Amino acid sequence: MKSKVWKEKGMQAVFLIAACASIIAVILICVFLFANGIPAMKKIGLFDFLLGETWRPSNDIYGIFPMIMGSLYVTAGAIIVGVPIGILTAVFMAKYCPKRIYPILKPAVELLAGIPSVVYGFFGLVVMVPLVRDLFGGNGNSILTASLLLGMMILPTIIGVTESALRAVPSMYYEGALALGATKERSIFAVVLPAAKSGVMAGVVLGIGRAIGETMAVIMVAGNQPRMPRGFLRGVRTLTTNIVMEMGYAADLHREALIATAVVLFVFILIINFCIALMKRRSEHE
Amino acid sequence: MSKGNMKQLLKGYRSKPFSLLVRILVLLAACITFAVLLFLIAYILIKGIPHIKPELFAWKYTTENASLLPALINTVIITFFSLLIAVPFGIFSAIYLVEYAKRGNKLIGVIRLTTETLSGIPSIVYGLFGMIFFVTTLKWGYSLLAGAFTLAIMILPLIMRTTEEALKSVPDSYREGSFGLGAGKLRTVFRIVLPAAVPGILSGVILAVGRIMGETAALIYTAGTVAETPKNLMSSGRTLAVHMYNLSNEGLYMNQAYATAVVLLVIVIGMNALSAFLAKRITKGKIDE
Repeated sequence: MKSKVWKEKGMQAVFLIAACASIIAVILICVFLFANGIPAMKKIGLFDFLLGETWRPSNDIYGIFPMIMGSLYVTAGAIIVGVPIGILTAVFMAKYCPKRIYPILKPAVELLAGIPSVVYGFFGLVVMVPLVRDLFGGNGNSILTASLLLGMMILPTIIGVTESALRAVPSMYYEGALALGATKERSIFAVVLPAAKSGVMAGVVLGIGRAIGETMAVIMVAGNQPRMPRGFLRGVRTLTTNIVMEMGYAADLHREALIATAVVLFVFILIINFCIALMKRRSEHE
Repeated sequence: MSKGNMKQLLKGYRSKPFSLLVRILVLLAACITFAVLLFLIAYILIKGIPHIKPELFAWKYTTENASLLPALINTVIITFFSLLIAVPFGIFSAIYLVEYAKRGNKLIGVIRLTTETLSGIPSIVYGLFGMIFFVTTLKWGYSLLAGAFTLAIMILPLIMRTTEEALKSVPDSYREGSFGLGAGKLRTVFRIVLPAAVPGILSGVILAVGRIMGETAALIYTAGTVAETPKNLMSSGRTLAVHMYNLSNEGLYMNQAYATAVVLLVIVIGMNALSAFLAKRITKGKIDE
């Protein structure tokens, strides 16, 4: 009998330790990233590092402002492309989709999320780059191409979260609006969608997180020139691609500067996560 | 929708052009989404399938055949070891969260917060962490093992979340019945709750396999990009997705890149279908009760 109690207690401890694995992982990631990145920021000077407009490792000049702007531009572009289409598609899925084709479309959205980013990037490289080059000029590797591709890639995130937010709105809101004589569209866009506001926002912010963190797809279509973004048809380099492009041969301060780039990216992501957590808490209180 | 219905619908919109416009926009957006998906898949399949040739599956990689078989073997090895590390941790922590932790436990909040943080971290940051920690600090070098550990951390939140949901979907009457028959907590968890949750857990694991198969950024600087079949776990090797990136980056093997994309896409679609099938089985089981 006593051994049984021990077994129960012992396994409970094992479960508890396993549950702490994610905490340990986050601590390890934070410690090692910051420990390797912060010294470089100090050496370069925080101000020069974050706001410096020149990135020239051969001369020991490390300013990542072009990359920060690049990430922001590309992410903003992805939001402009992806959010309207994503939200409208979610409305379609939740309110318009015929019952018979829903079982086909739902897995299709999930598949969109499952396609590897390198396949998206390849598709962008062979289809979208030439397309943008032919339609708008330039050499095709541009902010515009990257925005379109990322817009595509964040669709499933936005559709998924928005759809479940729309479905969580009590159906009496919708029915009430219809009963008052509003059209179906008015009921959805004036009553249901505002009621699902915080869920929809969470989806958009999640999409921002994905877009800013995306690497392989962007690297294949964005051109990757480390200079300030000038125009939508010119190439750009983002924080993520900066790391992949140069980590292979970087050494010493250059290497640390790249890790510091990852720290900046990590801080961006932490801020975004914090926003999501805040929004979730708000939607739970509503 | 019959023709009469359609006419009536249009009539209803006559005085409300704005509503009609919105409806058209909604339909248009849905069409764009699914057309893009269809076009992407069709384009890759049509361009890639003619280039799938036997020499693509040659045992040894040479610059002439750009064989993907070594990469495929590396992928299987990395997938296996990532799962070996992440699945027990993921399932055990989910068991703790669902079955053991008391409501309002402070630790749960911290664990939730950290798993959400983990699932938001971009793969390149995982890659860099893996490089600093496993490759440099632990001195494993570019190796399959370093890649597997990095990916294990990456898929941990996914497995935790799906397992949690699967455990929660097991009705409490199962647990009560088991307790009522005199079983202890541990026995209840392993003999009653866990078996009932297996399809849900499995669907999460398969989803994780899909993630690993498609991962590139986290592997370039942990597992490396050597295109050969590995000698052991400590040797460097590229997975299929990294292989595909290198091919298209070099620009010399576009045909092989198309073919590799087909293989990658087929695997991922297959995994997704399998996962959806299993997930459907648990919801079905729930309705049956």
